Amino acid sequence: MKKEQTVLLAHGSGGVMMKEIIDDLFYEGYGSDILLQGDDAAKLSLDHIKPGSSLSFSTDSFVVSPISFPGADIGRLAICGTVNDVATAGATPLYLSCGFILEEGLAISELKEVIASMAKAAKEAGVKIVTGDTKVVERGKADKLFINTSGIGIIEPGRNLSGHNIKAGDKVLVSGTLGDHGIAIISCREELSFSTTITSDAAPLNHLIADVLKSCSKVKAFRDPTRGGLASTLNEFADQCGQDIKIYEEKVPVKDEVRAACDMLGYDVYQVANEGKMVCIVDAEEAEAALEAMRANPLGKDAAIIGEVCTPRKADHPLVSVVTPFGSERVLDMLVGEQLPRIC
Amino acid sequence: MSMDLSVFKNPELTKETLKRLEDLAEGKQYTFMEVCGTHTVSIARYGFRSLLPKNITLLSGPGCPVCVSANKDLDMAIALSKEEDIILTTFGDMMRVPGSSTSLAKEKAKGADVRVCYSPLDAIQIAKDNPEKEVVFAGVGFETTAPIVASAAIEAHEEGLENFSVLSVHKTMPNALEAIVNDKELGLDGLILPGHVSVITGIKPYYFLADTYHIPGVVTGFEPLDILLGIYELVDMVKHDRPAIKNAYTRGVRDEGNIAAQNIISEVFDEVDVEWRGLGMIPKSGLDFSNTYAYLDARKRFSDVKPEPTKEHKGCKCGEILRGHMHPSECPLFDRACTPQNPIGPCMVSSEGSCSAAYRYRDIG
Repeated sequence: MKKEQTVLLAHGSGGVMMKEIIDDLFYEGYGSDILLQGDDAAKLSLDHIKPGSSLSFSTDSFVVSPISFPGADIGRLAICGTVNDVATAGATPLYLSCGFILEEGLAISELKEVIASMAKAAKEAGVKIVTGDTKVVERGKADKLFINTSGIGIIEPGRNLSGHNIKAGDKVLVSGTLGDHGIAIISCREELSFSTTITSDAAPLNHLIADVLKSCSKVKAFRDPTRGGLASTLNEFADQCGQDIKIYEEKVPVKDEVRAACDMLGYDVYQVANEGKMVCIVDAEEAEAALEAMRANPLGKDAAIIGEVCTPRKADHPLVSVVTPFGSERVLDMLVGEQLPRIC
Repeated sequence: MSMDLSVFKNPELTKETLKRLEDLAEGKQYTFMEVCGTHTVSIARYGFRSLLPKNITLLSGPGCPVCVSANKDLDMAIALSKEEDIILTTFGDMMRVPGSSTSLAKEKAKGADVRVCYSPLDAIQIAKDNPEKEVVFAGVGFETTAPIVASAAIEAHEEGLENFSVLSVHKTMPNALEAIVNDKELGLDGLILPGHVSVITGIKPYYFLADTYHIPGVVTGFEPLDILLGIYELVDMVKHDRPAIKNAYTRGVRDEGNIAAQNIISEVFDEVDVEWRGLGMIPKSGLDFSNTYAYLDARKRFSDVKPEPTKEHKGCKCGEILRGHMHPSECPLFDRACTPQNPIGPCMVSSEGSCSAAYRYRDIG
């Protein structure tokens, strides 16, 4: 007798278990060719309207607790998350929708703060919120408020960014320090408050992406390393392109405070969430140009080339690996389960 | 949090130390064991097993608190979580560990009220906020976590909190180490002693290892250079036949330990014989409430709650692995039937488990 399976919290952590639910249930259930591309945004051809042009379309829901934390809040995340996903396709994000699920009893002043924060982030990104929906559920049926945003943007004719384009020899770039958002959130959860100066990095990265695309024509793909961190992003790329990806620990930018917090909690910084960082895969020829373009933007000042794409060492199973400063090389897996503080 | 540890990660110093270690260790086989989950993870993460000279073997011992918990204790926590009027609170690492047939995470998804706490003091707060419920804290851990559980017990006692209790699965390290060094099959030459446990206990409880068993031990920190220097000291003591207990982690551990924490443990707990996974019953290696606090013992308070009959996981070698008799990669289930996504035994579930560390940080190859 097969036991009834249930959804576990770990199914939402951005790691292996979430991938299982996506592959086995959603892909299996809907399976449209566009969905199965597996990129952060869907690319919708508008060929029949204007030859060569297409739309980038993406959606994201936000359920973070607490709703406000050092450096950002749920509203800022809701704008940045979707803007960044839309922009990863190389698109100019233009319009967002916004759906609210509000818990009975939420203070209107808190809602006002979230709305103000969304308006500010939308202004930074240069996008308009053009349609929305509001539902209220009984106390206890939601945690203050949940937000869904969807966004669309225009992709210039001829532009085709996707994890499927990645080839051996390409370089891996990251636009700044890793782990800031995840550590900022965990530092202020009431059960585990510890003092830190780390603030969330949540920011709209569409302008940074546009800067890179202005100076480089051989960018293969962008992806923002949110839940599941860099480890999930690189493993998703490796799966899409069938190549190995190798990064060098000493080249990956991480703030000292974030590293110290990860050591204390027993977290792997590569699996910690970011909300204002972009991973970019680019042809080796243009890696320096892409780096320069990122660094010229204030949101990319700590950008670095952290590794490269290589031909797979195991035919059936592309690997992501980390070379330690001591020369040993280890596998970098996706997060399994949830990230939990150690007890020994 | 602001202490600069970068020197302990310095690649040049590390390579230099490795070279010196190789020279010192030449001409003899050495077998050492580490007995702390955080050491297990560090050693795997930095790829030490492939970096060290071939004549130095590192074994992992019973250093993961969740892993050494016996199935019957896990089953008891799960049975309590299923009770309608109980909120079961525990550390996050306990959630996915399989008991005989289910886990706390699975029971939570089915409706059990299980809550992850970062400290037992959070459980006290939950008890205060839910006076109509019983709140049980499933306390697992070594000397590292025992003092905070003890302070929670004292707080509950002083405030007369009637709906709070603890399922104590706490264990203490010294007598487990005695069981380990008595295992002649291992042929241990020395022990890398736990960093976090020793912050509380100090180094005196380990003196018997050198005095009675002629086995040297070094308390070390968790950075690459900490661990290497610890191994260097061990090789040096073995080579010159001068076994002693040394503290190479003085930035974290005082020789006498944390006296206040030791006092609080002995006020609240008595030492009792308990069962360890893999090691069996070890005399005076567990902590149970002393008389004053005995009413906080969840096993006594809920004596009518019976766990399911204990069932071991078929083919799982966690026991052998915890005793150091087997490296995770030698288990027939490792990376086949047993992976972090579909774990069979606790050593693959807990982030500090030997199998999980060996899997997550496996070498390319």
